[in-house]
Amino acid sequence: MLERLKTPWPDHRAERMLGAVSLLVGVVIVAMVVFVAARAWPIFEHNGLSWMLGGGDFEAEIARMNAANTNPPAAVYHLRAWPLIYGTLLTSTIAVALGMVISILSSIFIVELAPARLRKVVIPMIRLLASVPSVIYGLIGILVLAPFVGNDLITTHERESVQNVVQLTGAGLGVTVVILTVMITPIMIALICEALLSVPPSWREGAVALGLNPLRAVLAVTLRAIRPAIVAAAVLASARAVGEAIMIQMVSGGKTFAPKPIDGLAFFFEPLRTLASAIVDYHEGISSPALGAAVYAFALLLLFSAFFLSVAGYLVKLPLRKYQSRG
Amino acid sequence: MSSLATEPPAGSAQQGLPGGTRGSGHGRRSSPMSWRWGDRLVLAAAWIAGISLCLVAAAIVIYMGFRGISYLRPGLIFSRPLTSGSQAGSGGFLDPLVGTVLLTVIGIVLALPLGLASAVWITEYGRPGWLARVVESSIEVVAGTPDIVIAIFGLAVFQLSLFAPFSFTAEGGGVYGRSFLAAGAMMSLLALPPLYAATRDGLQAVPGHMREAAFALGKTRITTIRRVLLPSVRSNIATGATLGISRIIGSTAIVLILLGSTLRLESQGSIPGIDVLRGTGSSLTGYIYDNSPAGEGGAPQKAYAAAFVLLIFVLLLNMLVDRIGRAHADSMGMTAVGPVV
Repeated sequence: MLERLKTPWPDHRAERMLGAVSLLVGVVIVAMVVFVAARAWPIFEHNGLSWMLGGGDFEAEIARMNAANTNPPAAVYHLRAWPLIYGTLLTSTIAVALGMVISILSSIFIVELAPARLRKVVIPMIRLLASVPSVIYGLIGILVLAPFVGNDLITTHERESVQNVVQLTGAGLGVTVVILTVMITPIMIALICEALLSVPPSWREGAVALGLNPLRAVLAVTLRAIRPAIVAAAVLASARAVGEAIMIQMVSGGKTFAPKPIDGLAFFFEPLRTLASAIVDYHEGISSPALGAAVYAFALLLLFSAFFLSVAGYLVKLPLRKYQSRG
Repeated sequence: MSSLATEPPAGSAQQGLPGGTRGSGHGRRSSPMSWRWGDRLVLAAAWIAGISLCLVAAAIVIYMGFRGISYLRPGLIFSRPLTSGSQAGSGGFLDPLVGTVLLTVIGIVLALPLGLASAVWITEYGRPGWLARVVESSIEVVAGTPDIVIAIFGLAVFQLSLFAPFSFTAEGGGVYGRSFLAAGAMMSLLALPPLYAATRDGLQAVPGHMREAAFALGKTRITTIRRVLLPSVRSNIATGATLGISRIIGSTAIVLILLGSTLRLESQGSIPGIDVLRGTGSSLTGYIYDNSPAGEGGAPQKAYAAAFVLLIFVLLLNMLVDRIGRAHADSMGMTAVGPVV
């Protein structure tokens, strides 16, 4: 038996074996869509696509679902989850916008400005930021940043201005966005740095020869050349931001609320809930059929946005191929 | 294109940025002091952005180190968690530590064959082409899927009665669906993309003449892969596996959803060894979450201590990746030019 294993396989059998094993990943993806969609189906059956809209009292609906036992009546499945979608869009848009500015600036710093000795320190530090587990970010957020914001940044005026609607504790939009930005910036820096390095230096040198100062040459020529990479970085970073669950669940205040920009500064302190953090919040009620279906519906929406974002990331990276030939 | 990309003649005046490393010529340097205000602001902003990111990273490490050292006692690592209302009586995190190791082993053992097989098949065979593209994009999709979705998908799968042997069946006949096996299987999906990418990049970098030499000696493709190609990309595989491990030990969502909410290892069944795998437990990440104000424990000191241990693991894995990359570059006689971050 062992002897047979040791003799080399015929090539065609090896090829088929390896191919079959590789295809397993594809099977997993299909299974993921099928399983999640099947479990989410009751929500779509009773609400259509309008569960993604607003106009309901989300927390009351969830409580009703949680209380219902097996074979709940159709009314229990009523769901309007716009606050979650709004929270997801809000946090990831702000974080990606902030992260884009920071990562473009720091990529220029790493590739063009930093002396070699400094660069040797900066790169591992930023790589470290990327590998800190999200639960540690969440821990710092909930034990350090949220109390700081709650005690020192929120003024009585802001507390009173919204006290009839929501309690401001410190955990909320501001802390969430700050930590999320720190978490996604390293991803963008990695992609932007790679692109900056792939632009031929002679392009920038040509601009300098025409009289631009060196920084302006970088901004006008190099940065312009890597625009697709910047967009791709933003897309990948937003995939990460949309899917972040644990950290946001820990620092976002644990209340379904849609922060309103009209509230002025209080806007940044208002709690929120995202699709991913709602899954963490409600996963214990997953055995109740209605709530389980709702949680799987959130997961399905996340899954589709992940698909969409990876396709978008692939498409925007296509124009970059023209630099790849240079090696 | 190619004419633009060629190096400038040696005598051309190169102007480097102030402190820059790219231009090393002796041309006249323009001083930032003579620039327009806007440019000087951008220059300052770039320095501030880069430096402050480093400061954030340093602050996280220093703060966690400070907290960790003040709360971490050797007793915590070697004692099991206990149920208790007070922080003094709730024991240590031996069980979560064991849980993290178990999950890592299961995840990597499952991800290795999958990642290696797909990387080898894509680079060495890859026929038919459309199937290869399907596999490639599936792995990309797995890489982009949030771990919370992977976790909840795992729960749906392992609650099938088909998978009852992987966890246990409750009295009502429902399958619990939460166990180390279930969580480890989903962890392997986290480790797969970095493992695949590192192996594929390594295989693509192997020069074609190595394959041709093996073929000329009468070796089949699969023998070439086993005896020539895989040994020569060992360090890439190690890098990929290390990256995979650091994703596994950092994942909280899968632990929360697929490992139940017990802090101690609870075994299921009577077969020694297998019973632990079928049972539930926790990991370091789950322990941190549980003891933070977000969980139920409310023992922030324990959470800090465990987070410190976790952060040390992450730092060590980071250093390991660096080490492997550098050793590999040395052995190949190249300078280490990898992805920047």
